[in-house]
Amino acid sequence: MIQVLANPNRFLKIAHVVLPIAWALTALVFAVGLYGAIFSSPADYQQGETVRIMYVHVPAAWMGLFVYVLMALASAIALIFRHPLADMAAKAAAPLGAAYCFLALVTGSIWGKPMWGTWWVWDARLTSMFVLMLLYLGYIAIWRSFDDPHRAASLARVVALVGVINIPIVKFSVDWWNTLHQPASVVKMSGPAIDPSMLWPLLTMAIAYTLLFLCLHLTSMENEIMARKLRAARLKTIENR
Amino acid sequence: MMALIPAMLRREMQLSLRQSGGAGAALSFILAFLVLIPLAIGPDLATLQRLAPGLMWLALLLAVLLTTERLFQPDYEDGSLDLLSLSALPLEVMCLVKAFSHWFTVSLPLALAAPFLGLLLAIDVAMIPQLLLAMVVGSLALSLLAGIGGAITAGLRRGGLLVPLLILPLYVPVLIFGLSASQASLTPSGSTSALLVLIAITLITLVVQPWASAAALRAYFR
Repeated sequence: MIQVLANPNRFLKIAHVVLPIAWALTALVFAVGLYGAIFSSPADYQQGETVRIMYVHVPAAWMGLFVYVLMALASAIALIFRHPLADMAAKAAAPLGAAYCFLALVTGSIWGKPMWGTWWVWDARLTSMFVLMLLYLGYIAIWRSFDDPHRAASLARVVALVGVINIPIVKFSVDWWNTLHQPASVVKMSGPAIDPSMLWPLLTMAIAYTLLFLCLHLTSMENEIMARKLRAARLKTIENR
Repeated sequence: MMALIPAMLRREMQLSLRQSGGAGAALSFILAFLVLIPLAIGPDLATLQRLAPGLMWLALLLAVLLTTERLFQPDYEDGSLDLLSLSALPLEVMCLVKAFSHWFTVSLPLALAAPFLGLLLAIDVAMIPQLLLAMVVGSLALSLLAGIGGAITAGLRRGGLLVPLLILPLYVPVLIFGLSASQASLTPSGSTSALLVLIAITLITLVVQPWASAAALRAYFR
């Protein structure tokens, strides 16, 4: 799979076929998930209607983490196998991951105001999410700081991989430091501590977020390949002149 | 190859002490920082005492951060980094030696001085030994992380704001456990385990730093 996608032209062809299907699926799953989140699921007995923020908040936080792992994985593949598209995959993923992080922080803040009575608390999870967003911003800044894309790519790999070692350590440190956020209630050894009527819209929204990421990511990689082709073509015309 | 390590260390330390003033400039920075603190939060001694350990850690962090650029940038600009990369010394070892030289000449002197400068913030005297111990351990991690950030931004002119953005998230665990380990008077057992975790973090950094710095430097040699 990874080998097959190494050729940019083949990648473009496959993306061309996959993208319309993926967009349609995204729209469909979002419709189902939002229906579940807004209409069919019950209000919480304690939190009332504000619990519905969960359906946009929790998947965004999951995606924020997931995309960073994906980015680090792509960077590792680029470092080990010199895969030509892996760097582009990592580069395209970064702004999306940062956006998911930002979304998680903002929706969390909006949820925190009625629940905790404050927009922001320096709690362990909020802090580690904040640090994660900073790691994304640093990674994006590296790509923007160099004219030469090859040099930027090699440095960005190091930044992504050092960051992925750092994330669990930061997570562990801030947990030690201060925690107030509710513990994880979906992924647990003893099964989810959340009612099925709330669980299915949550999981559907998570799938919708993932599909949306897939669409945006593929589109962004397409753009990157096109931009590089344009650059190469422009250099050629200058050369021939 | 082994003979090259002390030679390299000597070169680095001489350059650091003679060219950029070693810890002197960084120490002056901490003093300037200390003057601003009471001006910003008021001269009330009780408040200052409560904040003193955290503020001293911040001062150490920022002072080390500001010296990061001097690690690789001068060598990159005058071309000596190219020569060093051709020597028999592996790039990884070279990066490690540079980080240790930075620790000896900048971070370690700062870590030894900072707890006593805390007296200006009315720090609890009983806290000084613990703070000293935690800072000596933590400062090595800070120097190693500075080695990573410095290598990544070695060839970046005007990399000024990028370095803090890259390094400060990496400093988070050191700050948290360094501070917990400094607060001995509160819970003795808690501070011991915090110190152990701080040592663990420093050791992890020791493993990652040579690899990460060398990988970053190689991007500049292609």
